[in-house]
Amino acid sequence: MKILVAAKRVIDPENLNKIKLSPKGELDSTGLEQKASPYDEYALESALRLTENATNTKQRLGEVIVATFGPKSSEVMLRAMLGTGADRAIRVDATDDNLDAGVVASGLKALVDREKPDLVLLGYQQAEHESNEVGQRLAGLLGWPQATSAGSIESENDVALVVGREVEGATAKLRVRLPAVVTVLDKIVHPKSVVSRHTPAGHAYPDGVRFAALMAIMAAKKKPLTELALADLTRETPRVRYAAAELPPRRAAGVKVKSVSELVTKLKTEAKVL
Amino acid sequence: MAGTLVVAELSNGSLRRSSLSAITFAKQVGAPFAVLALGAGTAAAAKELAAFGAQRVLVADDPTLLDYVCERFAPTVARVAQDGTWDTVVVAATAFGKDLAPRVAAILGAGYAPDINLVKADAGKRLYRRPMCAGNVFGWLEITTPVHVVSVRQTEFAAAEPGSQASPIENVALAPGDPAAARVDFVKLETTASERPDLAEARVVVAGGRALKEQFMQVLEPLADALGAAIGASRAACDAGYAPPELQVGQTGRTVAPQLYIAIGISGAIQHVAGMKASKVIVAINKDGDAPIFQIADYGLVQDLFTAVPELVSLLRSRG
Repeated sequence: MKILVAAKRVIDPENLNKIKLSPKGELDSTGLEQKASPYDEYALESALRLTENATNTKQRLGEVIVATFGPKSSEVMLRAMLGTGADRAIRVDATDDNLDAGVVASGLKALVDREKPDLVLLGYQQAEHESNEVGQRLAGLLGWPQATSAGSIESENDVALVVGREVEGATAKLRVRLPAVVTVLDKIVHPKSVVSRHTPAGHAYPDGVRFAALMAIMAAKKKPLTELALADLTRETPRVRYAAAELPPRRAAGVKVKSVSELVTKLKTEAKVL
Repeated sequence: MAGTLVVAELSNGSLRRSSLSAITFAKQVGAPFAVLALGAGTAAAAKELAAFGAQRVLVADDPTLLDYVCERFAPTVARVAQDGTWDTVVVAATAFGKDLAPRVAAILGAGYAPDINLVKADAGKRLYRRPMCAGNVFGWLEITTPVHVVSVRQTEFAAAEPGSQASPIENVALAPGDPAAARVDFVKLETTASERPDLAEARVVVAGGRALKEQFMQVLEPLADALGAAIGASRAACDAGYAPPELQVGQTGRTVAPQLYIAIGISGAIQHVAGMKASKVIVAINKDGDAPIFQIADYGLVQDLFTAVPELVSLLRSRG
């Protein structure tokens, strides 16, 4: 299977509560570390699991390409993803000012037309804007099936995937015949969430994403990384823009109660919620 | 602005309450609105929807729409939006709405405002406010295309109240299917039956963390019973297998905003707080007095949950 993984570099989600606003009301991430959006890392892990060669772990059953839209500095993220196991990388030169989900989806469509993958995998949303949008738009533009918010993927001979979509209080199982677009949740990196059928039945992975070995990081420096201009792929311009941002009202810490009975009294008489 | 097309969500023919939040949005923006219901066997839901003051209730009723598959729904939603020259398409930001709306936006070439918590008019422009960065920032989004697609956060748009008006109900034809529709099968919906209220609609949510270990349900169920509450869980508790995944509250789980949220043995990771900090009153019970959850809790109790929760249950029962 040939898989295209789309990834976005964002502010480290662990530091999102340290974000500030500039006097003009723009997001100020000065001093906050940038890294791959974790859901996109889960997409890469899913791609690696789906193409795992059980008999020769040095080779993949297919190819995993990772692509991003971002400035030169996001190549650090791509090199890390190559170290983790992707075969090659593509950086489409762009800054956030000239991107929105519509532009990214349109650019990805052009990449898909060139690369002809069997599957596009990406995080269900990126950790900054959280718009949960690119995968669906891309599938719509391509006229491909979409399976979003996947908590499980089972390959049927690399021709179709049975995807478990997490919906309210339930899992909706869809069978999509490839090529298709799948967006993944954090649950996709649980030990048995991805079944490729290339590994023995019941195969369990370590929980979470794999880490790059030092040798692999060194080798990744020699893997191909192609740079493209955004205009090579799409002429679209953003359909949305952020006019302003504000920090939500902070919840102040309340009071500490000393006992369960004091808690019940306060909930009844003060908060009036019991 | 010509008006708003509200896309209702049906589940086995019955109207999902989240649809009423999308109707509230349509009423707030003020222009005339229509409601579109897609499904198989929609008569009861259509009748129910006729009571909210819509100019029309539009019904696409077809056996192929029994189960939700985006590739079958999106073309008809887009076609109805175009034919009616509706300039805004709105849906509640449920799993259904979040999956459907962007594909509709792609078909319409429209901008999309996802998961908004407020809408306002500003100098002739409509601005949409939405939580981002795990709830740490509110962004004001402007859509620059003539048609807007919007999804609204159910907990921030109160359900519309029915009136006595009866909107006319009209059938609409299905649009020709998306080429992808033939490549998708709905296999099944795996549900775990629960007598408890839905997390997004419960007045009280009792949520537990990893500290509960294997006794997660044993400890929380009596408390939930005593309060008529829904049960939620942190990602850590779900990942460890102590709680089923559908209970997860947080960025990658459900977003809740009940009157009372009781966090038990939950440390308060950013990803959890993103899903519950709009709750009216937050109570935290944790034996670690430095846990971050206490920074947002209205009432904090530093005590071992294995003694505090049973005590709480017996007090609630005795006081009635």
